[in-house]
Amino acid sequence: MASRIAICRGILSRNSGFGIRSMSSWWGHVQPAPKDPILCVTEAFLADPSPDKVNVGVGAYRDNNGKPVVLQCVREAERRISGNQNMEYLPMGGSVKMVEETLKLAYGENSDLLKEKRIAAVQALSGTGACRLFADFQKRFRPDSQIYIPMPTWANHHNIWRDAQVPQRTFHYYHPETRGLDFATLMDDIKNAPNGSFFLLHACAHNPTGVDPTEEQWSQISYQFKVKGHFPFFDMAYQGFASGDPERDAKAIRIFLGDGHSIGCAQSYTKNMGLYGQRVGCLSVVCEDEKQSVAVKSQLQQIARPMYSNPPVHGALIVSTILSDPDLKNLWLKEVKAMADRIIGMRTALRENLEKLGSPLSWEHITKQIGMFCYSGLTPEQVDRLTNDFHIYMTRNGRISMAGVTTSNVGYLATAIHEVTKSGSK
Amino acid sequence: MRRFLGRKWMSTSTVGWWDNVVPAPKDPMLSVTEAFLSDTHPKKINLGVGAFRDDEGNPVVLQCVRDAEARVAGAEYLESLSRQGSLKLVMESVKLAYGENSDVVKEGNFAGVQAISGTDACRLFAEFQRRFQPESRIYLPVPTWPNHHNIWRDAQVPQRTFQYYNPASKGLHFAALMDDVKNAPNRSFFLLHPCAHNPTGIDPTDEQWRDISYLFKVKNHFPFFDMAYQGFASGDLEKDAQAIRIFLDDGHLIGCAQSFAKTMGLYGQRVGCLSVLCVDKNQATAVKSQLQQIARAMYSNPPVHGALLVSTILGDPSLKSLWVKEVKVMSDRIMKMRAALRDNLEKLGSARTWEHITNQVGMFWYSGLNPEQVDRLRNEFHIYMTHDGRISMAGVTTGNVDYLTNAIHEVTKSG
Repeated sequence: MASRIAICRGILSRNSGFGIRSMSSWWGHVQPAPKDPILCVTEAFLADPSPDKVNVGVGAYRDNNGKPVVLQCVREAERRISGNQNMEYLPMGGSVKMVEETLKLAYGENSDLLKEKRIAAVQALSGTGACRLFADFQKRFRPDSQIYIPMPTWANHHNIWRDAQVPQRTFHYYHPETRGLDFATLMDDIKNAPNGSFFLLHACAHNPTGVDPTEEQWSQISYQFKVKGHFPFFDMAYQGFASGDPERDAKAIRIFLGDGHSIGCAQSYTKNMGLYGQRVGCLSVVCEDEKQSVAVKSQLQQIARPMYSNPPVHGALIVSTILSDPDLKNLWLKEVKAMADRIIGMRTALRENLEKLGSPLSWEHITKQIGMFCYSGLTPEQVDRLTNDFHIYMTRNGRISMAGVTTSNVGYLATAIHEVTKSGSK
Repeated sequence: MRRFLGRKWMSTSTVGWWDNVVPAPKDPMLSVTEAFLSDTHPKKINLGVGAFRDDEGNPVVLQCVRDAEARVAGAEYLESLSRQGSLKLVMESVKLAYGENSDVVKEGNFAGVQAISGTDACRLFAEFQRRFQPESRIYLPVPTWPNHHNIWRDAQVPQRTFQYYNPASKGLHFAALMDDVKNAPNRSFFLLHPCAHNPTGIDPTDEQWRDISYLFKVKNHFPFFDMAYQGFASGDLEKDAQAIRIFLDDGHLIGCAQSFAKTMGLYGQRVGCLSVLCVDKNQATAVKSQLQQIARAMYSNPPVHGALLVSTILGDPSLKSLWVKEVKVMSDRIMKMRAALRDNLEKLGSARTWEHITNQVGMFWYSGLNPEQVDRLRNEFHIYMTHDGRISMAGVTTGNVDYLTNAIHEVTKSG
């Protein structure tokens, strides 16, 4: 055999036409993927030499000096774990301790569901990973189902359920005229969806609008979900970050649990613990009993195994170190509140500034909306003017990241917004 | 309206969402570990473990890793830092795989992305393959790491197998392999282990790799390499990448998954890299953007910590030297245990041949023990391994190699 090949190799030399191009037409047809709009904003901002430039496109927290923040509780946790731990694989379902503490946050420390072990839960690659595991699980075990996604929502929600091959529908959510919740139409959409539909809900600090239902509205939504037998899937990316109080931010979920819904929930520590690059999150699915939760968890792990085998350990260790130490946990709660308070303070300042400038428009939505983002209602043209004339960068849907607003730039920002909107009515 | 409808009515109308969900089959590796952990016998040995252990049986964190940890501690969490760390990781990984002075590295005609260890590197490629070569299938060696089957299945790429291991010789079934490569339709995708094949530890020789590469050229096949053990197989990083270099020399534009789980002992940090060679920079940019799109809907961005460790180590000459030394130490310990086990068994006057213990490379010894023998080892001797007879040499120490030898001899002497 070997000699036969040797002869062949002698006859057919490298130059005989087996050139690179004949073997390489694998990916010639691959088009560049559409660029991430948020990344474009950041790139443009970085390239701008203007000393006045303001980046309110960034979806990450900044302090009042515009600097990224690593929380003290995180630093302390890092210090404790550095050099101490081995780097062995986590189980497929991730850090048991981290998941336990994370469930307490969402479901409440004294939740019956926890006591009865009815929650199937696994560590996930932040909120994205949690949503994707659920989407794949939904596809596998409810193959005829669809997902109802609010309008608008975080763009990646569409990518996630699409790649999981779950058909998508949308439901009304944001009301452009009021810059608030389109509650009546939302309820209509819930009623008109086929019974037993799957809905994606933002538990708090809706991204990108910052518009959340009131508690009363959540109660009504929950009731209607009961009537229709819908499945509520909560994506909670901002617990603690919205109001400053994690218990308060979990209210929607608690309302649904109180009504007996068996929910699904994605949680993320990206924003509320500032753990952006560490990719720490959790997916939980409420089950009828412990036996079912064992089965569901095993299937979630089966989905994770051919994706990444087991989740990364470092971020999970940070989270479990913080949450299982009462002092560190208290420190975290203080720091989360401080971040939320700064955002709320900037909302107030921006609104006051605009009103003082005598803007003809209403800006109360700035303080009514909650969380990192303000859906300003600015048109794409107005956004472009802000960028070109004032070096202020945001996404063209008019979403302002309040995290980019500081006491030093809020006046300038207000002036610029006033400039591009003062001729407007409404 | 709500006041009149009590909770009781509501709960009976609740749909049982997941009644149809059955427990997934138990992971065989997990079962081995669980059984081992609950065994109280003082001489128990866990040979299922896929992670390196020192001669005391303890997990090891490399010194270069500890040093890198100290350097990255206190680092900012800037998103841009994550991106930079990721780019650096990719650059350093590609240098390792293709060679620092390779054209690939110099010209940059590759799409490289950080991945969540080798699993995700394979998965990203499988998804990419499905998306952009939708008619293609993947040929997997028999046997292979079981999760390869799961990965390409979940990516919905049809699978075939090609012959690899020869149970009779406990070596490579080269003739059958070449036949399968020849008989596959032109332009088929093949998964290859460039070194330390998992689970058999059997690698083609350089000459055999050259023949395989040549046949791939004739057939216009796509070679995808899963390199999880670079440095760990022979102790020499360059030598372990030889298969890849051979294919590169022949002008193949390969795909390659790399993992730092074993070679840098970074298991739980989940650090890896996927690279796909392209004809030019435009293509590389397009391919990379599509890989990132796939990743975006799975986990957005990969975890930063492990990437920072790897890029710190590989980007610093003294840390890199330290790492190279430490990899060799790990590899040497494995080889020493292989030699010791073989010597012992031969000294016991075993009628069987044991040369495959030292012929095979890497962490695993594909012992050829049958399931009954594996069961006996567990039940009578408290020695644990997977049912395919795969033994992790990392679980063997100077302290237990004699006990292990006697046990293996016992269960095989009549065979």
